[in-house]
Amino acid sequence: MERNLMKGNEALAEAAIRAGCKCFFGYPITPQTELAAYMAKRMHKAGGVFLQAESEIAAVNMVLGAASTGVRAMTSSSSPGVSLKSEGVSYIAGSDLPAVIINVQRGGPGLGGIQPSQADYWQATKALGHGDFQLIVYAPASVQEMVDFVVKAFDRADKYRMPAMILADGLLGQMMEPVSFPEINADAYDKSSWAADGHKFKREHHIINSLYLKPDELENSIVERYKRYDIIKETETDAELYLTEDCDILLCAFGATARVVKSAVNDARALGIKAGLFRPKTLWPFPVKEINEAAKTAKTLLSVEMSMGQMVDDIRLAINCSRPVEFYGRTGGVIPTPAEVLEQIKRIGGTL
Amino acid sequence: MAVVFERPKSLIDIPTHYCPGCTHGIVHRILCEVIDEMGIEGDTIGVCPVGCSVMAYDYFNCDMIEAAHGRAPAVATGVKRTNPDKFVFTYQGDGDLAAIGTAETVHVAARGENIVVIFINNTIYGMTGGQMAPTTLPGQVTQTTPFGRDPELAGYPVRVSEMVSTLSGCALAQRVAVDSVPHIREAKKAIRKAFENQKAGKGLSLVEVLSTCPTNWGLTPIEAIKRLQDEMIPYYPLGVYKDVDEGVFPKHSDSEGGEK
Repeated sequence: MERNLMKGNEALAEAAIRAGCKCFFGYPITPQTELAAYMAKRMHKAGGVFLQAESEIAAVNMVLGAASTGVRAMTSSSSPGVSLKSEGVSYIAGSDLPAVIINVQRGGPGLGGIQPSQADYWQATKALGHGDFQLIVYAPASVQEMVDFVVKAFDRADKYRMPAMILADGLLGQMMEPVSFPEINADAYDKSSWAADGHKFKREHHIINSLYLKPDELENSIVERYKRYDIIKETETDAELYLTEDCDILLCAFGATARVVKSAVNDARALGIKAGLFRPKTLWPFPVKEINEAAKTAKTLLSVEMSMGQMVDDIRLAINCSRPVEFYGRTGGVIPTPAEVLEQIKRIGGTL
Repeated sequence: MAVVFERPKSLIDIPTHYCPGCTHGIVHRILCEVIDEMGIEGDTIGVCPVGCSVMAYDYFNCDMIEAAHGRAPAVATGVKRTNPDKFVFTYQGDGDLAAIGTAETVHVAARGENIVVIFINNTIYGMTGGQMAPTTLPGQVTQTTPFGRDPELAGYPVRVSEMVSTLSGCALAQRVAVDSVPHIREAKKAIRKAFENQKAGKGLSLVEVLSTCPTNWGLTPIEAIKRLQDEMIPYYPLGVYKDVDEGVFPKHSDSEGGEK
């Protein structure tokens, strides 16, 4: 299979185009700018639409418009910009539209910084906008996974008619690795039963809408959506388990942080400490079965994140607080080192 | 017996939620007459954002999209860019278009998006119960200007047709009213022109319709029409502010060579 050396942000863009993304609407923000720049160069050659919007808000609403007509559409940004998109994401979810949103995270809150961060975990998995809804959230840890998860995100967004997010970070966006692109069927799902693309006098008019003034109708629409979420929680979880079969300490990390943690786990094993790694690839749905499998022999869990510990509560809930869940993190754009993580493993290892 | 007057086919035959005396019904009707006359219902996608007309998807028989407050021009851009062969229109109120959606309005015109914007100016927020709009006249009493709009405190009204006419991507900016039969005929002609512009790929066509809101103005429908004539038209003069076909350009164009 053909392999290309690509930057993470560019791989996200190329994967989207190959996945049949017909339009990209964006707004400049560091550290995801290469994605938009790549789209600007490449999209028109691929027969699609690239448009730089007047704001993040306009960009996500352009995605809503394009998606309403049954076209695969995407927008990308970084943390402060994703906050602006939250209104549109809520409308996309409430209108049962497929769309892909990419967040190449940087430090927050406020303007924060421009270095890598994972501090939008809560925003992505709990509350990217008002109302009862979820996004499927993928957390790549390599440039290849940037490609694979974009392809999957478009597929699942269509399948379940809901927004899907790639929660990457500035580190993954900027790094270069070899990637290959899978075969993709962009037309796997028939959208003719709902797309608002002109009825041609051949069917009833289609309405794309998130407004229900009667409470029982709104409730029913949400309950129906949550039935789909139940299926997703059952079938769409994904995680990597590394050296977990006999582990005493189970480290939990996603995205770029998991690469650092993997080095620390290897170093710990070399010192005779039985450490393992649980790496969720889907952050929503959280891989509950997988973490319980990984934690079977663990006495303590340690979540390592580029935030103040936003994943810790999900881990505690997933294992029913059956073991202590400790936390080590750096935030504000600081990346933890393998040596720092190893120190934490040794500290916990000494108490087991 | 010959039928001489009937309901437009693209206007669904159900009761609307609009208040008695509201002029939305007139604008809906002439818009649908244009859609019928051009035979484009099957190729038309309408976008209605938050406001009194947010539920217009129940009335227009073409495909419809409901949009967030102020975002209809962005949603319409997404529709049109991916479906350039379709007719796309937005139907927006004054709070929507000239306050929360100002950026979307300005940039859809600056880009010359090939769509039609129907802009209902009734100088008030109707759906939320009568608050000050960006178009509320100086001195006008609303729920949030209980002592009358004081420009020192609340600023001045936005004249949208004039503003949009200065942008190079705008093909048509025209202000009409629906207070009398001659004005309604003129309004329909403007809407027809806007759709013909879209058919010819000319760019953004905006038709501003001076409209009434008897309920929130606290007037009878007849008094409301009179207010439109006596107070609104003097402040918002009717006419064509830009028409690239007819060579009508804004009077104060900075003529930097950007005009078509």
